[in-house]
Amino acid sequence: MTRSGQGAELHGRALLAGEAGGSALVLEAPLSLWGGMDPRSGRISDHHHPQLGATMTGRIVVMPSGRGSSSSSSVLAEAIRLGTAPLAILLAEPDEILVIGALVAEYLYGRTCPILVLPQDAGGAIATGDQVAVAADGSVTVG
Amino acid sequence: MRLSRCDRAMLAGADGPAGQLAMRMIVKLAELAGAPELIGIASAHIDGCLYHGQAGLDFAERLVEGGAAVRVPTTLNVSSLDLLHPDRYRGDPETARAARRLMDAYVAMGCRETWTCAPYQLPGRPGFGEQVAWAESNAVVFVNSVLGARSARYGDFIDICAAITGRVPNAGLHRTERRRGQVVFDLRAVPDRLLGEDVLYPLLGHVVGAESGSLVPVVDGLPPAVGEDRLKAVGAAAASSGEVALIHVVGSTPEAPTLSEALQRREAVKVVTVTPARLRAARDELTTAGPGRGRLAGVNLGTPHFSVAEFGALVALLAGRRVHPQVECYVNTSRHVLARIEERGWLATLEAAGVRLVVDTCTYVTPILRDTGGVVMTSSAKWAWYAPGNLGVQVAFASLRECVDSAVEGRVVRDDALWSGR
Repeated sequence: MTRSGQGAELHGRALLAGEAGGSALVLEAPLSLWGGMDPRSGRISDHHHPQLGATMTGRIVVMPSGRGSSSSSSVLAEAIRLGTAPLAILLAEPDEILVIGALVAEYLYGRTCPILVLPQDAGGAIATGDQVAVAADGSVTVG
Repeated sequence: MRLSRCDRAMLAGADGPAGQLAMRMIVKLAELAGAPELIGIASAHIDGCLYHGQAGLDFAERLVEGGAAVRVPTTLNVSSLDLLHPDRYRGDPETARAARRLMDAYVAMGCRETWTCAPYQLPGRPGFGEQVAWAESNAVVFVNSVLGARSARYGDFIDICAAITGRVPNAGLHRTERRRGQVVFDLRAVPDRLLGEDVLYPLLGHVVGAESGSLVPVVDGLPPAVGEDRLKAVGAAAASSGEVALIHVVGSTPEAPTLSEALQRREAVKVVTVTPARLRAARDELTTAGPGRGRLAGVNLGTPHFSVAEFGALVALLAGRRVHPQVECYVNTSRHVLARIEERGWLATLEAAGVRLVVDTCTYVTPILRDTGGVVMTSSAKWAWYAPGNLGVQVAFASLRECVDSAVEGRVVRDDALWSGR
């Protein structure tokens, strides 16, 4: 990680490459999109999640992992179709179920939701509300 | 990555556009997993047949148009509809039509109309060491842990791609070294009277899921030869509260005759001591209804689908009593198990007692409940975990006995005696 002025650049690994830019939403706990996100509203609907009710639409969502159900691929694809999905998803650990969902949506609808794995030392580098830019090579610029 | 001649031909479109798309997805998954090659599978279980929106239907119908057909015996998970009791569905007709089209698309690809989240209760289940591609988190845990077959945690879309190609990446739980137990859950602090209760097992699973992270758990300290329904309950709960796909239970599951063998003769990464207090806390975590508990609206059983033995226990606990008229009592099961209990005469007994059976689907994934304004009780940790978010109900997790007594009395009855003392 290199810092320059207020900004920081992280070198992530693109599981599904693409470009995106927007305001970060940092999830405090893992979230299964199935049973955890309503694709119609884009909101977190998991009653066990500390950020129940938060809107993921149009945000760069930073999350530890996509814990839980194998139906999360469908929920992400449906959210991408409806335009309620995050702009990009930045993970601490790879999550193949999310990548497959985003890949299917890209194939069917030509819309990309980039999914990256952040480097291990990136914890805390992004806070909710930070402006974040994701590049196709996996680099992430904060601030 | 090494691809076989067949893999390369399919990738080049030799089997038509659907085969090509399916193989592209499998190769992408293999790249993500860092797999050196693909391996063949003996069977598949598909979760993508439950309707979550237009995207899932678009994908399935695109595959059908592209000439997709499954290459291996393939079972189907629950759908959104109960085809044997269509009047149970209370959602909008447009969604029902789309859900039915999705079911038809998977059947058109050659999948069997099993419609169950417990395919391990059907005849012809996978054998020890067999490579399979199963989706549905509870089924994945069961096939890996209890049957000793080998499946990664497959999800919607990739499940049907595996069935169409008959191939999966040689990665994750398909490989012996990745099946090594890493975190030990030590139950020596739990008294025998709790170990003898069915209700312990979903609560234990909840704790295992919550505290395993991405490690493979080993449960040590249960009596030998724990039954399949109890192991089902552990797995389903762990795969809801966590991302667990394999649980070794020492003395009960085939890769864990001893603790040392479950750990593949290495040291545990971590040991978690399970206490009665932690199990009681799990019961509270699975209960969203407040201390006053409120009016009892319903009782829901059979998530994952109720087995024949579980129906036997239910009939015995009812003991000729009837469900209270103000309580909706549902039991979810498969068509296969429904036929078995009908043969035994239990279906008539249950219907006379006011119990409503649901097949092909489950009451927490589709609108079936009439009354979502009160407290709903369940003996299923998975139902308790997901229903508040899916249906907006207040839940109270309880033992099967407590659920039955509550259904009969028309109010929430929970026996705290089991949890008092130590």
